[in-house]
Amino acid sequence: MLAKRIIPCLDVKDGRVVKGTNFEGLRDMADPVEMAHFYNTSGADELVFYDITASVEGRNLFTDILRRVASEIFIPLTVGGGIRTLDDFDRVLKCGADKVSVNSGAIADPSIIGAAAKKYGDQCVVLSMDVKRVDGQFRLFAKGGREDTGIDAMDWAARGVAAGAGEIVLNSIDTDGVKTGFDLEMLDELASRVSVPIIASGGAGNMEHFAELFTHPGVDAGLAASIFHSKQVDIKELKRFLRARGVEMRI
Amino acid sequence: MIAIVDYGVGNLFSLSSSLKALGLETEVTRGAEKLRAADRIILPGVGAFGDAKAKLDDTGLVPVLLEEAERKPFLGICLGMQLLFDRGFEYGEHAGLGLVPGQVVDLRGDLEDQTLKVPHMGWNSLQIVKDDPLFKYFKDGEYVYYVHSFYAKDCAASTLGASRYGNVAVTGAVRNGNVWGTQFHPEKSGDAGLRLLRAFAEL
Repeated sequence: MLAKRIIPCLDVKDGRVVKGTNFEGLRDMADPVEMAHFYNTSGADELVFYDITASVEGRNLFTDILRRVASEIFIPLTVGGGIRTLDDFDRVLKCGADKVSVNSGAIADPSIIGAAAKKYGDQCVVLSMDVKRVDGQFRLFAKGGREDTGIDAMDWAARGVAAGAGEIVLNSIDTDGVKTGFDLEMLDELASRVSVPIIASGGAGNMEHFAELFTHPGVDAGLAASIFHSKQVDIKELKRFLRARGVEMRI
Repeated sequence: MIAIVDYGVGNLFSLSSSLKALGLETEVTRGAEKLRAADRIILPGVGAFGDAKAKLDDTGLVPVLLEEAERKPFLGICLGMQLLFDRGFEYGEHAGLGLVPGQVVDLRGDLEDQTLKVPHMGWNSLQIVKDDPLFKYFKDGEYVYYVHSFYAKDCAASTLGASRYGNVAVTGAVRNGNVWGTQFHPEKSGDAGLRLLRAFAEL
């Protein structure tokens, strides 16, 4: 059977990996290529890179980094951040990305999902969504979690999958950076609505949180940043721990 | 030199990078002479069977590939493996290259547990069914990376390895004479995948 996946996420700004808490107060952490090597040897099943740079120089720096990582590391790479057009898909795929994640770009123009799926295949299109509880509803947020779109997040996910998204990254703003565990209620709701793989993001604070996450069969992968970057949780150790708990892991 | 067949299907960056990382000389090409001169040929591919086969037909390389497959080690990867078979049933029935007996059908149609997700995407353990030089550096049960919705069946005689998904034994690796195929992506399967590519380069 398929192993559950452990995915470190690298937010890259101006060529450096950063990770904030609740999306604010970014702290500089390290060199992305070096970190990618570290994760490759420590058992990461996949790497996610988000380009959080706004400038053209930063963007070029990012594609250079991506090309270096992709030519040295041979596990799946997902790339997101600033993806708005098919040209953006093309740009990162040519640099070695295997999957491309769209977030605000798809909110601004939902047709990008279908167009990209048709051109590159469903497996290539990852719908990433930032979601927060507002008035008893799971609400979709845009622009890195700063803007309430007023859209029901679960409807949005279902529409995205119908249009061709092959995987969903669900980032709970409510649990992001708080390290008290993944947002299981939100994840269960999503799992009941879509049949594509779900990557859980936001809230991992320790190994137990992952064990709890994978008791929810609708979840395929756990994504985290700071706890891995700070080496608070070691991926190899985490995978051994989870396997001992009966979770299928690639070790 | 290992020739990677370029027929406009999929991203060849990782595949050529992984061969380079192993110190192997590679060339992404659609030149018949290059394919004839190569020591080995890799047929990659992502997308849908019929569309990919049409694109391959358009290159005019099919007769060359069929000839060269008798002379040198030939490896199909993912959709490139599926194209090796007699027939594929993705969006209609299409003829494949007929290099390996069998057919390529919808995985969904054979899964009893309909809650299992399709595409079969992620890391699955490859159980070796028949020992082969391709597995020279590969250990039984190692995990490899799959992304696909169709799979090869009725090919027991050629099957080298398979991965369990629900009730289905997903054909993972096949061989018929000089022709090998992997449904998974060795170029995305970490060290295990690189070791498999190294073994292919030594065949």
